[in-house]
Amino acid sequence: MSEHTVKSYDEELTHLTNIVARMGGMAEAQLSAALMALGRRDSDLAARVVAGDARIDELEQEVQHFTVRMLALRQPMAGDLRAIVAALKISSELERIGDYAANVAKRSLVLNQLPPVRPVSGVINLAKLVQDILRDVVDAYVERDLDKAIRVWNRDEEVDDIYTGLFRELLTYMMEDPRTITAGSHLMFMAKNIERIGDHATNIAEVLHFQVKGTPIAGERPKGQSIAIEDEAGE
Amino acid sequence: MSAKITARDVNVFYGEKHALKAVDLDIRAHEVTALIGPSGCGKSTFLRCINRMNDLIEGARVAGALTLDGDDIYDRGVDVVQLRARVGMVFQKPNPFPKSIYDNVAYGPRIHGLARDEAELDEIVMTSLEKAGLLKEVKDRLDERGTGLSGGQQQRLCIARAIAVSPEVILMDEPCSALDPIATAKVEELIDELKRNFTIVIVTHSMQQAARVSQRTAFFHLGSVVEVGDTEQIFTNPQHTLTQGYITGRFG
Repeated sequence: MSEHTVKSYDEELTHLTNIVARMGGMAEAQLSAALMALGRRDSDLAARVVAGDARIDELEQEVQHFTVRMLALRQPMAGDLRAIVAALKISSELERIGDYAANVAKRSLVLNQLPPVRPVSGVINLAKLVQDILRDVVDAYVERDLDKAIRVWNRDEEVDDIYTGLFRELLTYMMEDPRTITAGSHLMFMAKNIERIGDHATNIAEVLHFQVKGTPIAGERPKGQSIAIEDEAGE
Repeated sequence: MSAKITARDVNVFYGEKHALKAVDLDIRAHEVTALIGPSGCGKSTFLRCINRMNDLIEGARVAGALTLDGDDIYDRGVDVVQLRARVGMVFQKPNPFPKSIYDNVAYGPRIHGLARDEAELDEIVMTSLEKAGLLKEVKDRLDERGTGLSGGQQQRLCIARAIAVSPEVILMDEPCSALDPIATAKVEELIDELKRNFTIVIVTHSMQQAARVSQRTAFFHLGSVVEVGDTEQIFTNPQHTLTQGYITGRFG
């Protein structure tokens, strides 16, 4: 899209995109630090991740303030309007992702007080996939790359499948040795948080599609088997 | 949705200048259609074709088919005065006659012989002022001059004058460009009311106004219709890059 007649309008749109991109980068960093803290049983790092979440929250506030200002002063239309609304929505998705990363770090602080358990590696494997997806969707946002966004969107099913497998693994592990139930429960919540990060990344892909095309991504959202159903069927 | 007005391959020339190029457009009944586009794009020219105001411009030539309820507007048998009674117009600057408020509104019904007696004329004047949302403000001073009203009131007086002859279509050429925001809001509210009884075509340079008052929007550029669609679609998801560029302030 060519430039606006009013140049400061372009500068504001760029500024808005930059804040959201910065939030995306921070959410990625928070997630990877949380995983490192979990893998290495590093409580200092975990504590830094917990504290670092406030910075993402601040940026979300900044996006909110800035979008309201732009809506009031520029009265944006069409593609500009969609870009501004998308920035607002994506920033709140990223803020949630930051919360989940901080929660993973918080739980790893508890795990560090307990003897190590095997399924940690399963959680980390799930998280690696979600990390890839998060990185791709943030890149897709910065590059306005719809193909990449659609690929992210299609990978949500993969996350759900791995999560379902991990859920079973954790159940089995806890049944075999009830002393691992505390650690296992925390890992279960961590896995859920990470799976939710994948969902939010998928949401970002959907918002980006709307921003670029003005239409929702075609077709049904990919969905793995629901855990609740899995659970009942397994009984 | 029935088309009140249809334009097919309409071309307008001002002397050598080709002002309107092969325009196809349907104006739906009881809707507000907004015509937008940069200055000189042909939107006002198109508006003036509908009640043959271009006949008054020397050297102007109109080709193609324009119909109102299926009747050819440019048929030789058409009485232009009658046509303009069916298709009223409100202009950019309020232009009340230098007469009383009452006479401004009564003028049209009088020359068209629409009232049998004074009582009926009173009725028409009152109803028209009421419909134009002006009655409350002027009912105690109908004998005062229309030109003594505020700008916004004058414009609503012109709208009352236009609807007094019970037209089917009202053309508005930037009706709010000389008005303050409150007077503008009143006229916009009025446009929304009027569409129940009339078909409205409005030319406006305010994107926000087009978005607020119209159901359909047509974007003109260099004499052609680039895109026409539901207003919501045009302003949230235009299909043509020219439309996108214009409404987002990238050219024009």
